[in-house]
Amino acid sequence: MRVLVAMSGGVDSSVAAALEKEAGHEVVGATMKLWGGTSDSGCCSIADVTDARRVCDHLGIEHHVFNFTAEFDHHVVDAYANEHATGKTPNPCVECNRHLKFDAFLSRAARLGFDAIATGHHARVVRTGSEVRIGRGRDDAKDQSYVLAVLDERARAALHLPIGEMTKAQVREHASDLGLRTWAKPDSQDVCFIASRTTGSARHDFLSERIELHEGALLDYRSGEHLGMTDAVELVTVGQRRGLGVADGERRYAISVDVAARTVRIGEERDLLIDGVDLGDPMVIATPLPEGARVTVQVSAHGRGRAGTLLGRHVAYDEPERRVAPGQLVAWYLGDEVYGSAVAR
Amino acid sequence: MDLRPTLPRSSEMKLPATYLETRRRAGAGIYLDHAATTPMLPGSIEAMLPFLGGSHANPSSPHAKGRAARRAIDDARDTVAEFLGCAPGELIFTSGGTESDNLAITGTSDDGAVVVSAVEHHAVLLPAERRHARLCSVDANALVDLAHLAELLDDEVSLISVMAVNNEVGTIEPLDAVVALARELAPRALLHCDAVQAAPWIDVAAATAGFDMVSISAHKFGGPTGVGALAVRDRARARLSPLQLGGAQEAELRAGTENLAGIVAAGAAASEWGRRRASIVERVRELRDRLEDALAGSLATVNVDRSARVSSILPMNFSGVATEELLMMLDKAGVEASAGAACASGALLPSHVLLAMGLAEAEIEGSVRFSLGWSTTSQEIDEAISLIRATVLSLAASESARI
Repeated sequence: MRVLVAMSGGVDSSVAAALEKEAGHEVVGATMKLWGGTSDSGCCSIADVTDARRVCDHLGIEHHVFNFTAEFDHHVVDAYANEHATGKTPNPCVECNRHLKFDAFLSRAARLGFDAIATGHHARVVRTGSEVRIGRGRDDAKDQSYVLAVLDERARAALHLPIGEMTKAQVREHASDLGLRTWAKPDSQDVCFIASRTTGSARHDFLSERIELHEGALLDYRSGEHLGMTDAVELVTVGQRRGLGVADGERRYAISVDVAARTVRIGEERDLLIDGVDLGDPMVIATPLPEGARVTVQVSAHGRGRAGTLLGRHVAYDEPERRVAPGQLVAWYLGDEVYGSAVAR
Repeated sequence: MDLRPTLPRSSEMKLPATYLETRRRAGAGIYLDHAATTPMLPGSIEAMLPFLGGSHANPSSPHAKGRAARRAIDDARDTVAEFLGCAPGELIFTSGGTESDNLAITGTSDDGAVVVSAVEHHAVLLPAERRHARLCSVDANALVDLAHLAELLDDEVSLISVMAVNNEVGTIEPLDAVVALARELAPRALLHCDAVQAAPWIDVAAATAGFDMVSISAHKFGGPTGVGALAVRDRARARLSPLQLGGAQEAELRAGTENLAGIVAAGAAASEWGRRRASIVERVRELRDRLEDALAGSLATVNVDRSARVSSILPMNFSGVATEELLMMLDKAGVEASAGAACASGALLPSHVLLAMGLAEAEIEGSVRFSLGWSTTSQEIDEAISLIRATVLSLAASESARI
């Protein structure tokens, strides 16, 4: 089988390429250049591309660099900014997976005649009959099934996840055994260019260059009382506590954001709790579940699962849970397999 | 044994093969990337060998071997100076075209304004940017817009840099008109010409006679990489300062022990290329035209009119396919070409030259530069035509491919 391996220059994708080759496949490695800057850490820094290339040299496979900066600008950077303009809080890593790794990369692989693609995610591809689902990685602490929950049927079917059955320690050990230079490379924390620009004041600067930011009124969630002003209502995220400029002794949270009305509702922690989450678009169904199915819901990459019941475009939680910021990804599992995902409304 | 796939030569050839099915022996590709670098002339290789071994010495050393090395460099200087149309005392050997361009632009820094064409090589553009250069636009054939140039020129301008031949699309720039405009409208200005890509293909001495400084690079005309030269006319010399210090070499304008073997080889290449240029140019033109005629039309468009180009370069656009994918598939099929510049990671960047010519980013996608050279054979061109056709058709057909 001919397999194109997406290689970030990290140890996981290095070992993924090695395992694909050990499995007897014809393997080519490729690194996606997603961002124009050369000094950024994460996706496609020069040092990371060099690591990927040298690992390929070591394995005796070809390595190429794909320039996907235009696609990344459009689908991730612009989309990130535009979603904020409507008061949503998108997950750029999820959108990057959806549009870059598992669309642009996969389409290119198909045009070049590859039969499959592989990545170094800590997750598994589970095939049962004609159905293909993403399963949690064997290493609980490293599980990345959540960010792969957006993969459509075509992507799931074409995907190899060779390190999904391994723990991180086993991955490193295998890299070390093979003499791969990346064996001791520190884990990236989902880092890419955008991570450094989506926290704190960097986020403000990043977004203010791309969208118009507006002042908004901070209103008490219950009484509607005017509590103060925020200089950018687009930057407030549901659940946010710091930086709201409200201090009245107890912890206060952003409960809801209405960009059109330029208002943010501020409340206490108990006001954040909610009985369920509404499912918006895009929605991806790996395997349809009957109405009322009992599922485990995950709403962040490293969050815990919450028990709930699937009711059409709604998940009802067993116990009240904190609100999910609109734009975040909701993935539902049966056991440790992803059955579907949707963007929270 | 040649493992290259043999494809039927008719127009009804079967579509080849996917990326990994198409196998060829490493190094057996048809090399159509001579503008990037061209194989060394055998005479140039031969000339440098003694200086890598027994005859090696530092030309600054006082002993016999050192004096012999000094003489070898002076002989090479005579040859290259003649090739370039300057006096030997006006020639500075450098590490290549990039250093020559940097020296010319940065080494003449003063408080005057800088004017460069928008399609210059980055070795000119980036140092010029540091001097806050005014960019002169070009037309759809990448020819310098002389009316715009005239607007940009005035008494404040102290440096003008316009290339002789564009490296990406092969356009021969109207140097005589540039010189005439400059002398009239910017009397203070030094004139620099990046002739790196021109040297193999036009009479560079004649073309750049009106310029104060001219850059060339040996590996474009059959010499080794790592050697270039900047001609600096005596009248301009006082305005040039060295960029690197630490020795009195090259008349105190370029410190550092001379690249003896490389310089000797550059001299040998200049000598041989100068003698053979006319015949190489005509032979390559015939081959390039054949390739162009076979591909242009149904399969591709050409980014610059043939009449505006040197004889070796063919800038094509295969609409509907991605440049990166086409180059990968061509490479696999056995045709080695390139496109634009690459960033530090190795990813291809959209060509600033094609953008300056007025093409939109979407129109640039699918652009590939084929460049022929002295070692290109007629049989290679025949084979390349078949392989390129088949590859483009296969890639276009794969647009809807799914795994």
